[in-house]
Amino acid sequence: MPIKEQRLILKYVDEPGYTNDIDCFIRHGGYEALKKAVTMKPEEICAEVMDSGVRGRGGAGFPAGMKWKFLDRKSGKPIYLICNADESEPGTFKDRQIIHKDPHQLIEGMMCAAYGIQAKLAFIYIRGEFFEGYRILERAIEEARAKNFLGENILGSGYSCDIIVHRGAGAYICGEETGLIESLEGNRANPRIKPPYFPAALGLYQCPTIVNNVETLCDVKHVLTMGGKEFAKIGTPGNTGTRIWGVSGHVQKPGYYEFPCSALTLGELIYDVCGGLKPGRRLKAIIPGGSSSKILRADERFKGKLKSGEEFDWGIEDIPMDFDSLMAVGSMSGSGGVIVMDDTTDMVEALANLNYFYAHESCGQCTPCREGVPWMRKVTARMVAGKAREEDADLLKSIADQIAGRTICAFGEAAAWPVQSFISKFKDEFVEKAREQASRQKAGQEAAMETTLI
Amino acid sequence: MLHLKPETIAKIDALVPRYPVIRSAALPLCHLVQEDQGYLSQEAMEWIAERLELEPINIIELVTFYPMLRTEPPGKYQVRVCRTLPCALAGAYKTCARFEEEFNCKVGHTSEDGLVTLEYVECHADCGRAPVVMIGEDEYTDIDPEKASELAGKIKSATL
Repeated sequence: MPIKEQRLILKYVDEPGYTNDIDCFIRHGGYEALKKAVTMKPEEICAEVMDSGVRGRGGAGFPAGMKWKFLDRKSGKPIYLICNADESEPGTFKDRQIIHKDPHQLIEGMMCAAYGIQAKLAFIYIRGEFFEGYRILERAIEEARAKNFLGENILGSGYSCDIIVHRGAGAYICGEETGLIESLEGNRANPRIKPPYFPAALGLYQCPTIVNNVETLCDVKHVLTMGGKEFAKIGTPGNTGTRIWGVSGHVQKPGYYEFPCSALTLGELIYDVCGGLKPGRRLKAIIPGGSSSKILRADERFKGKLKSGEEFDWGIEDIPMDFDSLMAVGSMSGSGGVIVMDDTTDMVEALANLNYFYAHESCGQCTPCREGVPWMRKVTARMVAGKAREEDADLLKSIADQIAGRTICAFGEAAAWPVQSFISKFKDEFVEKAREQASRQKAGQEAAMETTLI
Repeated sequence: MLHLKPETIAKIDALVPRYPVIRSAALPLCHLVQEDQGYLSQEAMEWIAERLELEPINIIELVTFYPMLRTEPPGKYQVRVCRTLPCALAGAYKTCARFEEEFNCKVGHTSEDGLVTLEYVECHADCGRAPVVMIGEDEYTDIDPEKASELAGKIKSATL
């Protein structure tokens, strides 16, 4: 029995006849939240966002209202708002849908947020590869300006704010908020150390800055429309609102699906929503929140205690899709990118693929990451090339352990977590790889098998 | 002398004053000049630096950091195949192998006739429609080897 989606952010986007121009958006109730917002006091908007409990949709899941509360309003320096549209966590493709199909929802959410934090200027940092998304946003901003939803004296409120769309140029690290800020300042995207460089105090141009994800800013619009307390009724306490899960990999119907937090389990998402696996295949593993999140093994039992004190004992299919449950099983909901792997997947190859990605994307600023991540890539590349050693699994883990926690930004963890979790869950396959190759070599065959993932 | 199209100059002149700090325009200018010229020559980087009252190294360090910025002219068509895990699980490496055969060009290189630059790229954020390929500024999704051959055919016959 397929479970029906309950869309909030993507409510209209795939309806026949829904277009991404401003007239269509207004016909569907667009910009009403902004009209309401500019009649409110800015601190009331911040209070609504706090009440909503909405947590950041970019990866870390930090409460947006709390982030805003940290804003240094006393410095007298201008405040900036940045929308992080550098969507680049492998497995994630939700912001693309919003930008392409409903850009005004983002602009409205941004202007509500900008008014709430009294930003002087707002930016959308969009990844460089979104050529079309960039053009769509530029056009949408001009449409919104023509109707005075942004620019000077917005809707007669006396508040003025503009949006600049700023294109990235292919670097994953720009998704890290302080790297993004460096990039926006015209530098290499080397992240800054926190403390002291929390953007809310010392962000863009060393001014107080709020960086929020595309989906989070869209949530702000809905928080204002329905009120923070009403918004908080969607989902469960601590896991409020909806989430757009992007499912990719070995399922029959990959795609994006929006549900209230906790409304379904991982099993329901894979089998009921995404049509399950291909015929004859068995589930092997799932990366539940973008490639950096720790992998879950299909035959694991997950036991422990939730924040609420409630004990759980779940199989992979029983895990509720929300922030806290995925954290409780040792992974994270991250950016909502669910990557599914069936029993045809070679885990050494899959990790070699991810290691290649992270080695390519390390900014090179911190030694453990700059040296360690390419080293892990070399080890897994050698393993799939026919020269695997039984001790490689331990070597990989040892390198990863020396990166995580020893870098300026969370990229160190992002690169280490796949390695640590693949080794802890699938060590047998890494050891077996070496044994297989040895026995093939003994039999006079080529040690390496043909690869498909690297 | 760097010869930029008048419309590129107009875009640059409109863009630079929008930023509170002029240096923020560095990456956008790299994009605009690259779109105009096809790549960023030494001369182009020096021009951007001068326009923004910076030193050439301030631009060179960007060009060498951001993967989308190029210091050499690409082929007429830039074919970029995503190779990151979700695309790989959907067969991206086979797709790319087909492009290599079709264009007689190794990935990471430009074909001898200058028609195509074939590259691997990292996740393009459309993993639900993998494998994803970008040709120039246009995105093509669900590209299996057969569709790769069709696209290659269109490129070779200049009908894409």
